[in-house]
This record gives sequence, structure tokens and C-alpha cells, in this order.
Amino acid sequence: MTDEPRFEHPPEERAPSYLAESHSLRSWFFTTDHKRIALLYLVSITLFFLIGAGAAALIRLDLLTPQGDLLTNDGYNRAFSIHGIIMVWFFLIPSIPNVLGNFLVPIMIGTRDLAFPRLNLLSWYIYILSGLLTLYVVVSGGVDTGWTFYTPLSSVYANGAVVATIVAVFISGFSTILTGLNFIVTIHKLRAPGMTWSRLPLFIWSHYAVSIIFVLATPVLAITLLLVAAERLIGIGVFDPRLGGDPLLFQHLFWFYSHPAVYIMVLPALGVVSELITAAAHKRIFGYWFVAFASIAIAVIGFMVWGHHMFVSGQSVFASAVFSFLSIAVAVPSAIKVYNWTATLYKADVAIDAPLLFALGFIGLFVAGGLTGLMLAMLAIDVHVTDTYFVVAHFHYIMVGGSVTAFFGGLHFWWPKMTGRLYNETLGRIAAILILVGFNITFFPQFLLGYQGMPRRYHVYPPEFQVLHVISSLGAALLAVGYAMPAFYLLWSLLPGGRRAPANPWGASGLEWTTSSPPPKHNFIAQPVVVRQPYDYPLAHPASRDDG
Amino acid sequence: MSAGIELWPPAASHHAQQVDLLIGSFGAMVWLLTIPVFVLMSWFAIRYRRSREVNRDHAPTRNLWVEVGWSVIPFILVLGFYVWATMLFLDLYRPPPDAIPIHVVAKQWMWKFQHPDGAREINNLHVPAGRPVKLIMTSEDVIHSFYVPALRQKQDLVPGRYTSLWFNADKPGRYPLRCAEFCGADHSAMGGTLIVMPPQDYAVWLGRNRDGGMDGTLAQAGARLFRDLGCSGCHSAAASVKAPPLEGIFGRPVALADGGTLIADDQYLSDSILLPNKQVAAGYRPIMPTYGNVLAPEQVNALVAYLKSSRAREDSK
Ligand code: HEC
Ligand code: HEM
Ligand SMILES: [Cu+2]
Ligand SMILES: [Cu+2]
Repeated sequence: MTDEPRFEHPPEERAPSYLAESHSLRSWFFTTDHKRIALLYLVSITLFFLIGAGAAALIRLDLLTPQGDLLTNDGYNRAFSIHGIIMVWFFLIPSIPNVLGNFLVPIMIGTRDLAFPRLNLLSWYIYILSGLLTLYVVVSGGVDTGWTFYTPLSSVYANGAVVATIVAVFISGFSTILTGLNFIVTIHKLRAPGMTWSRLPLFIWSHYAVSIIFVLATPVLAITLLLVAAERLIGIGVFDPRLGGDPLLFQHLFWFYSHPAVYIMVLPALGVVSELITAAAHKRIFGYWFVAFASIAIAVIGFMVWGHHMFVSGQSVFASAVFSFLSIAVAVPSAIKVYNWTATLYKADVAIDAPLLFALGFIGLFVAGGLTGLMLAMLAIDVHVTDTYFVVAHFHYIMVGGSVTAFFGGLHFWWPKMTGRLYNETLGRIAAILILVGFNITFFPQFLLGYQGMPRRYHVYPPEFQVLHVISSLGAALLAVGYAMPAFYLLWSLLPGGRRAPANPWGASGLEWTTSSPPPKHNFIAQPVVVRQPYDYPLAHPASRDDG
Repeated sequence: MSAGIELWPPAASHHAQQVDLLIGSFGAMVWLLTIPVFVLMSWFAIRYRRSREVNRDHAPTRNLWVEVGWSVIPFILVLGFYVWATMLFLDLYRPPPDAIPIHVVAKQWMWKFQHPDGAREINNLHVPAGRPVKLIMTSEDVIHSFYVPALRQKQDLVPGRYTSLWFNADKPGRYPLRCAEFCGADHSAMGGTLIVMPPQDYAVWLGRNRDGGMDGTLAQAGARLFRDLGCSGCHSAAASVKAPPLEGIFGRPVALADGGTLIADDQYLSDSILLPNKQVAAGYRPIMPTYGNVLAPEQVNALVAYLKSSRAREDSK
């Protein structure tokens, strides 16, 4: 143990926390404090998560019987469409960046706020506007295109509220772009003195990578969706072959955005997990630069693999072979991260608390999702299992097993910092394990279903698939309990009399743990100056402290 | 619960068995690579947990060669499987020349099949066992996907273009056929059966159904359409209008008015009928009427079959 202070700044004086500073509604709805905006996001994405989960519950109940007794064909199609649309654009994409990222990016780099605080508030209002429009779609009868809006189904044949949905997703894109811009400028311009690029926490690296995708990919989606709306409204003939359009053009444009979008959903999670692992291990991350640049590599290669969604669409065989190769390549940086996390635990000083359990659960599920992704990248295998439950299982392993688990882990880890309260650790561990078990019971059977030939988006299915579907639905019930638990004990911790959190309950490194819990309005009493490497725990081998 | 669990789908073709072998071996390798990671991870977490007094000296935090090793070695192993999977996939795009051509038209929510000798069927597809079959497919409305799990094969059907899929099912039996691309309200009801029959039974079946479909073969139906629709009024040596001769056009290079050349395949012939102005043959005025709103896809298929057969006539001369 070293006795020197890790960061050179005056000891904390008491300043009112950002929560105590004012209590009026106005002070929340017109706040420009990144921490308060993060909480606004937390509340709003939780509401959307509940709606998306409600739709998932309908889907799973309906699939208990092969003939789909609960819903009509149309009702089922609307249920999975709204489930996908809400979970992707209104829950998962904003989850980690806009809640944890908003809260932590300025604090982790030692500054008072994001570069454009008012733009940050505007992002939230834009998000809410698009969210309200989506709610309007739900009450006005829904949409029946799936979240993928394939043409010409969406542009000509579907009869739900397609245009309203498209406008909602279009608007939400502006919120995403503004957040990305804000993060990029903040990370470039507002780092504390001494916070060099080589001292950035890995959470910041992955948010930097994801911001690049936000800014570059989202406009492509926006234009594509506008073209679909234009074709639907005035028949301009971009995608409809009867008007001289090309339906595959839509798929190219859509996946050019949506494959990077899956990395939008997973990169922030990778950043969270690097923080959770190092904090639990009390040890410097193994291979800092490999982990940092893996995020950038994922963001860059992620732009070149969209064609793996189109292997059976009629795209050229040569293109398929190239996309297959690149998709295998994009798995390498992800694998590097997993190996480095494992090596970080070697000779570490591991605290087995809920955040670590969530992080380990994340790694297991992310690896399973990634490896089945490799199987899907193998052309001959993909021809059989694409558009089946195998794919449904694959992306849920990554997006739910991976990203949502990391989000929960991060929420537990930073909860004391965000709220100043300690949650019940035993319940936290139980929830982490329950989620892991429930998740696997829900989604593992879907791999088997897919390989046996059960297509996705099927409301009525052959009876031989029923047993596996029933197992999956039971697992979903367990998973729901796992997800509901934190809602109770986290909120419980906020009641008067909840245990107060010290500044650094985990004994973690990182600037956010040097300020009080919850932090004062301007994050730090005095401008911090950084003099050390990140993850500067006493265990780190002295020789490797400065470069690594 | 009615039927029990079926853990592995039946394989109706050699290709299907190859795919099973591929995923089986790849799965095995993947386990070999991951189990050690999971075991080490849990072991480290437990062995080096907080309360334990263990040797933590010289904890490494980086090692270039270790990094390179664990990135490159698995990548190379996976590349081996990439080559294997890509070869299998390429086979799916090289139909043998003697494959029986069957036309498939999908629409919300049914499958329509036209056999070369005129038999037609809906949602059921009869094929002879052990003979290569090539499906030439298009859609009337939205995108659908022809999927037979027992063949481990699927291919999207896209409106406005032809896609194809070939297979050689060697195990007689009835195999489910499903639509795999979400296509609207009754997507999940858009199923059918692939019926693989011993060749002699297939011949009997064809004999019984020939008349149930159109009169004569698909090409003969096309020839009748060619006359009735007035194509022959322009496209014959005797016609007063200047239009290109169509005998033997299939598979030949065609010079286009914009200077390009292409090979006259299914796509080109069908485009020439439905959207004649898309590609105009060099040396001719674009006066051919558009048949896009007049003809059903099955009729286009018949015309194309006829144009193809006139090539056969030429070749046999
Ligand atoms: C009014 C006269 C006319 C009629 C009727 C007509 N065509 Fe044509 N067709 C032409 C002319 C002129 C061309 C060459 C210009 C072009 O490519 O558009 C042509 C081109 C074609 C081509 C492309 C040939 C090449 O060498 O590239 C095909 C195939 C074809 N027609 C098939 C048909 C069929 C099938 C019908 C009946 C459904 C039909 N045509 C009716 C005048 C006609
Ligand atoms: C929490 C984050 C989640 C996200 C981001 C998410 C995302 C998605 C997406 C993108 C789809 C594809 C929708 C489509 O096919 O158009 C989907 C489908 C599906 N999801 Fe989720 N999901 C989540 C949670 C869940 C949960 C908890 C369950 C089960 C209880 C679930 C059950 C399903 C099912 C059954 C389908 C397939 C519907 C079908 O194709 O018929 N999802 N999900
Ligand atoms: Cu992708
Ligand atoms: Cu369908």
C-alpha cells in the first residue's frame, strides 16, 4: 500500500450534493446538470423497458400453445414489432450511454459537466418527444412491420401506423446524434489536467468509440426511414420494384446502420465491465492498450460487416464470402477483451459482490452470444439458421444477456455514487444469480428450436416445438422476477433511514470515487489534477505502471 | 403436449449432413476454446478472493506475446472453418446442368409451383429422390423465404427479381417447407410440404397431374401465350416491325443500346417483358409495350420457358 494520495486535490469539504441542491420540479425539468439529466433518462428508459417487457410477456404467453390462443395473427405481429422497436431504440440504445455515460463521463475525466449542457437537456426532450409518438403508435393500434421495416412490406403492404413509427425513430435519432457529439467534444476538450489519453478509464474509451458510431451511422438510418415513409405516402419508387425500385437496397441501407447499432448496444457494456472487473479485482487491467483499442477496432470493423444479415437475400455470392470473412475478423477484438478480463483476475484481490457477479454473468452470456455469432457468420450454417429462433437466441444473448446484464451491474456499482445510498448486497447477489439462471432457461432452448427449423416471428407453430417453447416461457417468468428484484431493493435503499454511502464504498480507483457520494453540483470542490495511471491499485506490478 | 421433443431435425440430402457435420465440429472446437477460459475465470475469482492469504506477488499486467497468441491462434483455427463453410455454400450456387427446373412464385400467403412439363401445384412440392432440382423463384408482392429445414437450405424470394436454389434430396419422405421471412399477417401459416418420391412414383405422379395443370408443358403454354399476346406479331421474321429475333436468345450475349452487353438469363428475359425500357437491345427502337400490368408471374415463367426451349430447338439442329 502506498500512502500518497492518489489524486492531488484538497480534501473534500462539505458542499450540498447535486440532489440536495434544489427540490423544485423546475430544477429537474430545466436542469443542465449532467447528473440530473442522467436520472431523468433512468426514469424514462425504465418506463419504456416496462412497456417492452409487457409486449415480451404477451409474446411468451401466446407461444405457450402451438396454435397461439392468446393473440390474433395481427396482434402477435404488433406485439413483437413494438417489443423490438421499444427495446432497441427506446431502452437499450439510450440505456448505458445516456444514464451511466451521462452521469460518469464528466466525473471520470475530472470536469464539471459535458461540453454542451443545454444540448444534453435538449437530447432528453427530443428522446421524450419521440417516445411519446411511439406511445401514440401503441395506443392507435400498433405497427406490423417488425423493427426491421423490410420493404416492400413496410412501404406498400403493411397496414399499421408505419409512418408514425418511422417518424418516432427518426426523431429519436437526433437525440442519439447530439449525445454522441457531446461526448466526443467533452472527451477531447474537457479532460482534467494530467488526464492524458493513456490515463483514460476504459469506460471512457468505449464511450468514445460508441459516440463515433452514433454520429456516423444514425444519419443513414434516418435517411433510409424517410425514404420508406416517402414511398409509402407518395410512391416515389426507391424500394418498390413495381415502381422501378429495389427492395434489397433497403436492406443494405438498414443494416449499414443496424449492424453498427448492435455495437452501439454492446460497446458501452464492454466499458462498464472493464470497470467492474478491475474494481472487484483491485488490480490494474491486464493489457490496457489492447482493451482500449479493441473498442475502436470494433467500431471501425463493425461498419464493414452489414452484409452478414443478407446471406440468403440474393446478394452476390462473392459479397457474401467477403462479409463472412470480415464478420469473423470482428470477433477478434471482442475475444481479446474476454481474455484480458480473465487475466486481470489472476493474482488479484477479488471482492465477490453483486457487481462482479453481474460482470461474470455478462462475460459468460456475451461469449455464448459471440460464439453463436461466429456460427452465423459461417455461410453454410447461416443459410440454415438465419431467420430462425437461433438468431433470436443469438441476439438476446448479446443484447439482453450481455448489455442489459452489464447495465444492471453498472447500476449496482455506481448506485452509491448516484444516490448516496447503499443497497442490500445479499439481495443484489441473489438477483444477479437469478437473472443468469432465468436468462439461460429462457433463451438456450431457442438455439435448439432454431436449429430444428422453427422460423422467427411465427405466431402459430408445429406442435413438435411446444415443449421447448414452454420451457422458454417458464424461464422468462423467472427472468422477470430477477429483473423486478433490483427495482425493489434499490428503491428501498432510498427511503429515509437507508444506509448512507461513503465516497468510495468499493475501494475503487477512478476520479468518481474521490468526490463525495452523491457528488456536489460541480462534481468536485476543486479541480482535480491527475498524476497516476488508471486502475492504479497497489497490486499492480511496479514495472508496468507507467506504460502497460 | 402433443408430440415430444425432437432434438435434431431429419436430414434429407447429402448437403444437410455436411452442414450437421460442420456445425458439430465447429461446436466442438468452440467448447475446447471456451471451457478453459470459463474455468480459469471462476478459479481465479475464488482462489484470489479478498479474504484469502495467497501469493499475489508479481501480478502481471501486460504481455505482448500472450496477447498476440490468444488473438491469432483462435483466429487461424476459425479461418479453417471459414474455408470449409464457404466451400459448402458455393456448392449451393453451382446447380448441375441437368437439374430439373421448377418455377416457384410466392405471394401472401401461398406457394405456387410450376413443373417443366406443365404440372402445377400449390403449397406442396413433389420432386424425385436422387435427382437435382433447381427452383427458379420470384415473389408477387413482398419478400418471402423458401425454407426446408430438412435440406438445411433457404433462399429469399424477392419481387422483381429471380433467385434460385438447387438441391438433391436423396431420402424419400415428406418434409415441412416454411416461409422464413416475415411477410405480413399470415406469415406463420405460409407453410407446405416437400414430398420427395422415388423416381418411378414421381413419374406416375407427373402423369396423373399433367392434365390437372396446364395443357402441355410449360414451354408449350409459353408458346401459346407468345402467339395470343401478339409477341409473334413483332418478333417473327415475317413481321413488318423491326424487333430482335428471339430464337436461341437464352444464354447468349446481348448488346444493349447503352453500349453494355449482358448474358440473356431468366432475369433479363423477364425484365425485357415486364419493363422493356430498362434495357433496350442495341439497334432497335424502344417500341415494345410494357407487359408489367398485364401478365401474372406464372405467365412470364411460361414465356421464359418457351424462349429457353427455342434455344434447345436451335441447339438440336
Ligand atoms: C410492338 C412490337 C413488339 C411486341 C408486341 C413485343 N415486342 Fe419484344 N421487343 C420489341 C422490340 C422493338 C425490342 C427491342 C428493343 C428493346 O429491347 O426494348 C424487343 C425486345 C424484346 C426482348 C429482348 C430481346 C433482345 O435481343 O434483347 C425480349 C425477350 C422480348 N422483346 C420478348 C417479347 C415478348 C415475350 C413479347 C410478348 C409478350 C414481346 N416481346 C412483344 C418489340 C415488340
Ligand atoms: C431487455 C432487452 C431486450 C431487447 C433489447 C430485446 C430485443 C429484441 C429484438 C430486437 C427482437 C426482434 C424483434 C423482431 O423480430 O422484430 C426481439 C424479439 C423477441 N424477444 Fe426480445 N428483447 C429484450 C428482452 C426480451 C425478454 C426479457 C424476452 C422474454 C421474456 C424477450 C422475448 C422475445 C421474443 C420471444 C422475441 C421473438 C419474437 C418473434 O420473432 O416472434 N425479449 N427482442
Ligand atoms: Cu450484424
Ligand atoms: Cu413469410
